[in-house]
Amino acid sequence: MSAPSDTVERKGLSPRQRSQRSRRIQYSILVVLVLVAAFTADWGQIGSVFFKPAYIRSAFEDGLLNALVKTVEYTAGAFVIGLIGGTVLALMRLSSVGPYRWISTAYIEFFRGLPAIVVFIAFSLLPLAFEGMTIPLDPYGTVWLALGIVAAAYMAEVIRAGIQAVPKGQIEAARSLGMPPALATRKIVLPQAFRIVLPPLTNDLILLVKDSSLVFIIGTTAAGYELTGFGRDLANTYSNLTPLVTAGFCYLIITLPLGILVRRLEAKAARTR
Amino acid sequence: MALVEIKNLNKSFGSNHVLRGIDFTVEQGEVVCVIGPSGSGKSTLLRCVNLLEVPQEGKVFVRGEEITNPDCHLDAARQQIGMVFQQFNLFPHLSVLQNCTVAQTTVLKRKPAEADKVARANLDRVGLNDKVTAYPAQLSGGQMQRVAIARALSMDPALMLFDEPTSALDPELVGDVLTVMRKLALDGMTMLVVTHEMAFAREVADRVVFMDGGVIVEQGPPAEVIGNPAEERTRTFLRRVLDPTHVEPT
Repeated sequence: MSAPSDTVERKGLSPRQRSQRSRRIQYSILVVLVLVAAFTADWGQIGSVFFKPAYIRSAFEDGLLNALVKTVEYTAGAFVIGLIGGTVLALMRLSSVGPYRWISTAYIEFFRGLPAIVVFIAFSLLPLAFEGMTIPLDPYGTVWLALGIVAAAYMAEVIRAGIQAVPKGQIEAARSLGMPPALATRKIVLPQAFRIVLPPLTNDLILLVKDSSLVFIIGTTAAGYELTGFGRDLANTYSNLTPLVTAGFCYLIITLPLGILVRRLEAKAARTR
Repeated sequence: MALVEIKNLNKSFGSNHVLRGIDFTVEQGEVVCVIGPSGSGKSTLLRCVNLLEVPQEGKVFVRGEEITNPDCHLDAARQQIGMVFQQFNLFPHLSVLQNCTVAQTTVLKRKPAEADKVARANLDRVGLNDKVTAYPAQLSGGQMQRVAIARALSMDPALMLFDEPTSALDPELVGDVLTVMRKLALDGMTMLVVTHEMAFAREVADRVVFMDGGVIVEQGPPAEVIGNPAEERTRTFLRRVLDPTHVEPT
């Protein structure tokens, strides 16, 4: 038996050298791709199709801000319906009453599995299928209902998880003080559940902002256009993508602050835990 | 009439028979400490007194009213029974003061000003009148447990249940909580305390109950049960608790 040597025989590159080499190769490929794109693309053409200043200006003049406000309004109403509906569905899902659980589960599974666009098509056909039927607050009522029905299914699952994440001891403490179940749920469980699910709920809100673009399916008057409908209409008129790109950037004006808000809330929740 | 009367109480979790026919009473103004090895059923017994655990068999009477009767107004009965938990279970979304007022205003329908006054008086009693605006996350374990005691006292209960109130505390914080409990006992509060603090039981309890294997093995004044136990099981348990380094002869 030979004595164990304390110097390990190195074969080729060390792990650190190998990872450095791999990174250098990746960077080189990236630089080459960027250069190829920069030299082969027709920048003048791209600029005038996607970012033509004259069309950006006319988008503002034709009511871009109105469309932005409509997107916010459609989203906000749908969020309220989704939040209330989702809370009711979540409580039903956790109920000790069997039929409540079945109804809630069926609803959630159905609308969660259905593309939102199908719901919108259904709502656009309702007035034709049932003659004389009107949904109040046109077009808001239709949009809020169509978006809210789907949102409620998503939010119900999030809120249910939040309710179940509240420690059992909280309910025991509330009940031991003489609180009936409904009161304990309202005063002790739900406030804590909503704190827990604020980040995922904000995520649902961001998804809802984007889903509001489906309003174009039901068709509204030009005054009812939200961002996507507005951008699409104007892009068709000019045969140029600039208005659509401008409308697209407006979504970021809404969603980016929401994203920052979620991160703040998560940081705050982490501090108090 | 005894304040709490328990008759032939049986409770199982699945195949685990935790309480095996317990008969037990607590008199008005009495301080009773329940001791025994873990898994002996003492916490379950306590939780049956306000029906946080529902027994399979047996009856529980509080002030003569049978709370195991399905027609009993359980929430009304629970208002008279304060409970303090091992894990405090303070409401983290409410301030210290709100923790003590929320049940007063919603359950007892007291006016906010009156609830506020009662809560402050009880926080004063546990020595925390400077923490009314704090939130539970800002308190130490000992402070949280004292708030939990004030919260229960704010309902003006006839009986206080303590479920191992110092077991989750850092050793240096145990004293504060025990001091509050000692004061409460001197004020004449009826208390049922599940505890591992033998010194506290010996000093404060009117009666000590030793449980093992889901039955009450022996009970009596602390001088007898802790000082001079009649049963071998009690002696074995006390040897282990009072001298953790003791090794049983084989």
